[in-house]
Amino acid sequence: MTDTQQTPAGDPDDAVIRVRDLVNAFGANVVHNGLDLDVRRGEILGVVGGSGSGKSVLLRSIVGLQKIRSGVIELFGEPLGEMLDDSDNLCDLRLGVMFQDGALFSSLTVTENIQLAIKEHYKVGDALLQDLADMKMLLAELPLKAANQYPSELSGGMRKRAGLARALALDPEILFLDEPTAGLDPISAAAIDRLLQTLRDALGLTVFLVTHDLDTLHAICDRVAVLGEGRLITIGTLDEVANFDHPWIKAYFSGPRGRRGQVDRGDTSDTGL
Amino acid sequence: MSKPALHFSAHEPSAVAEISGDWVLRHVEQLESLSQDAGRSARQPGTLDLHALQRLDTTGALLLLQLLGMPRPEALPQKLNRVSEAHRMILTALAAAICDGDRSRKPADRWLQDLLQRIGMWVVDAAQQLKLLTHFIGVVITTTIRNLLQPWRLRWTSLVFHMEHVGLDAVPIVALLSFLVGSTVAFLGASVLRDFGATIYTPDMVSYAFLREFGTLLPAILLAGRSGSAFTAQIGSMKSNEEIDALKTLGMDPVCVLVMPRVVALLFTLPLLSFIGMLSGLLGGMLVSALVLDISPAAYASRIYNFTDIQHFWVGISKAPVFAFLIGVVGCLEGFKVSGSAESVGQHTTSSVVQSIFLVLTTDAMFAVLFEQLGL
Ligand SMILES: Nc1ncnc2c1ncn2[C@@H]1O[C@H](COP(=O)(O)OP(=O)(O)O)[C@@H](O)[C@H]1O
Ligand SMILES: [Mg+2]
Repeated sequence: MTDTQQTPAGDPDDAVIRVRDLVNAFGANVVHNGLDLDVRRGEILGVVGGSGSGKSVLLRSIVGLQKIRSGVIELFGEPLGEMLDDSDNLCDLRLGVMFQDGALFSSLTVTENIQLAIKEHYKVGDALLQDLADMKMLLAELPLKAANQYPSELSGGMRKRAGLARALALDPEILFLDEPTAGLDPISAAAIDRLLQTLRDALGLTVFLVTHDLDTLHAICDRVAVLGEGRLITIGTLDEVANFDHPWIKAYFSGPRGRRGQVDRGDTSDTGL
Repeated sequence: MSKPALHFSAHEPSAVAEISGDWVLRHVEQLESLSQDAGRSARQPGTLDLHALQRLDTTGALLLLQLLGMPRPEALPQKLNRVSEAHRMILTALAAAICDGDRSRKPADRWLQDLLQRIGMWVVDAAQQLKLLTHFIGVVITTTIRNLLQPWRLRWTSLVFHMEHVGLDAVPIVALLSFLVGSTVAFLGASVLRDFGATIYTPDMVSYAFLREFGTLLPAILLAGRSGSAFTAQIGSMKSNEEIDALKTLGMDPVCVLVMPRVVALLFTLPLLSFIGMLSGLLGGMLVSALVLDISPAAYASRIYNFTDIQHFWVGISKAPVFAFLIGVVGCLEGFKVSGSAESVGQHTTSSVVQSIFLVLTTDAMFAVLFEQLGL
């Protein structure tokens, strides 16, 4: 993966997601108040912020699950509102979402979970449909033994992978992930990180990654966006963000967990990555 | 968006397929027929020329790899001519994922084996369910007795909550339904008895039917559908959310916390609802008698008062706690049987209603024989 390090991912002038002056509120609880954000094509953007700072709500707004109070969200240069009116368009949008707890359909097997959307939108023969589902599972590094299992029979890590395989079903250009490594052991979490990077490199995906995991930020994120106080506090490479002068950011990066992350990062950079 | 295409270039010595256009999911139908045509013509290309290929996603890449007969990633570079960096990356990553992934599957079952296996599992399952039900009944009985002997240990808040939902909220529908059935019985009785000139016995008939059978049976069936199913769904969704396990780890007995208040609430309220059911049924009969048969309400009441034995009431009401217990136990037990999926909650809710109505009706039939033998 050395070659990816040389080419800086994400062209600053090519924003696939553009959020301007976003306002989201639930009753009197204002979650976002004038939030601006650009996501560049081909980058892995890590989104961090305290619990309840509106990371999930931002993700839901961008994929059109949350009705925004005001502001503009553009995907591929087109305003979201118009694109969502037409379900044909929606399919063209090619957004893949992996929800926090997987949100796998519990009454369908893993294979059926993956095939569901493909079957709904396209006329595909059974053999190819099976091959496609197998391929997505193998891409997500799921053993095919799990193909006919139900979500409740899978382990936490496998459920995340199955969620990822389903998110890849319609060959998205942008992949949204809500805390993909939460609740996983560090080894499985690192495997998911590596998998995301491989997928991004191979498929040229843009990845919008909500996370609390400092190791993930260190390992794979090209840029980090920090949410707080209803807006974007700062965005930039990890070093830029870590040195930004803001109490929450200071606490986040210099707390006991933050320091451990720094140590880990020191190790990896020493090995000449 | 340009259409995908595949051409075999004739002038090349070994088969080279020229790929062009967008090989993406959007065009999956054309892609499928292209690869099927290539498969039918039995010309497997040794190499792919990809200089005219525009967009490529994992769907297109899978089909290209299939055209090449799923080469290993190391063998891939020789098989691709004039390929762009991005396309090479997708194809290599996909080939690596597919070749190196764990592709072993469970062997498919054969149908006879499958059938025998299913029959066997069904029998074992039925036996286990019966064992489970009797075991659960035992546990609930001992816990109930222990709790009733130490009433301060009962969860009163929870009990009152369930009594309100199970009992009080069901009063209108129980009263209405019994009233309607009561008038229907009076109508039927009147038309049969009229032939014998014995319409004066209509009140006896209604009171017999309601005190002994319907007054208890109707509320029991209603509660089986109304509360038994609710118990299953409540406990079932807690089960699939691992809340039951959480209770256990906190040192609390799910039977005490969840089952006891529900079963005891039913035990208290079903007899009361049965009493209301009996009264409403008698009232329905009284209305029909007054309107159709010219039996005044006063005559109706005194007829019942003078000619109907109180033992019929005791026979009817004594069945109520038994029905209540069965409905509560089945509803809760089905809830505990829920596993994982949302579908499972639905299945067990259905099964809970069917089982408890079945049990109520069979028990009622057995009671009828029993009381007959006892001469009550
Ligand atoms: N459906 C909803 N209804 C009301 N309030 C909500 C809803 N979803 C989120 N919120 C509120 O929005 C805020 C941000 O939530 P969220 O985006 O989930 O936080 P996080 O950054 O931890 O993902 C919280 O204060 C939460 O209470
Ligand atoms: Mg969240």
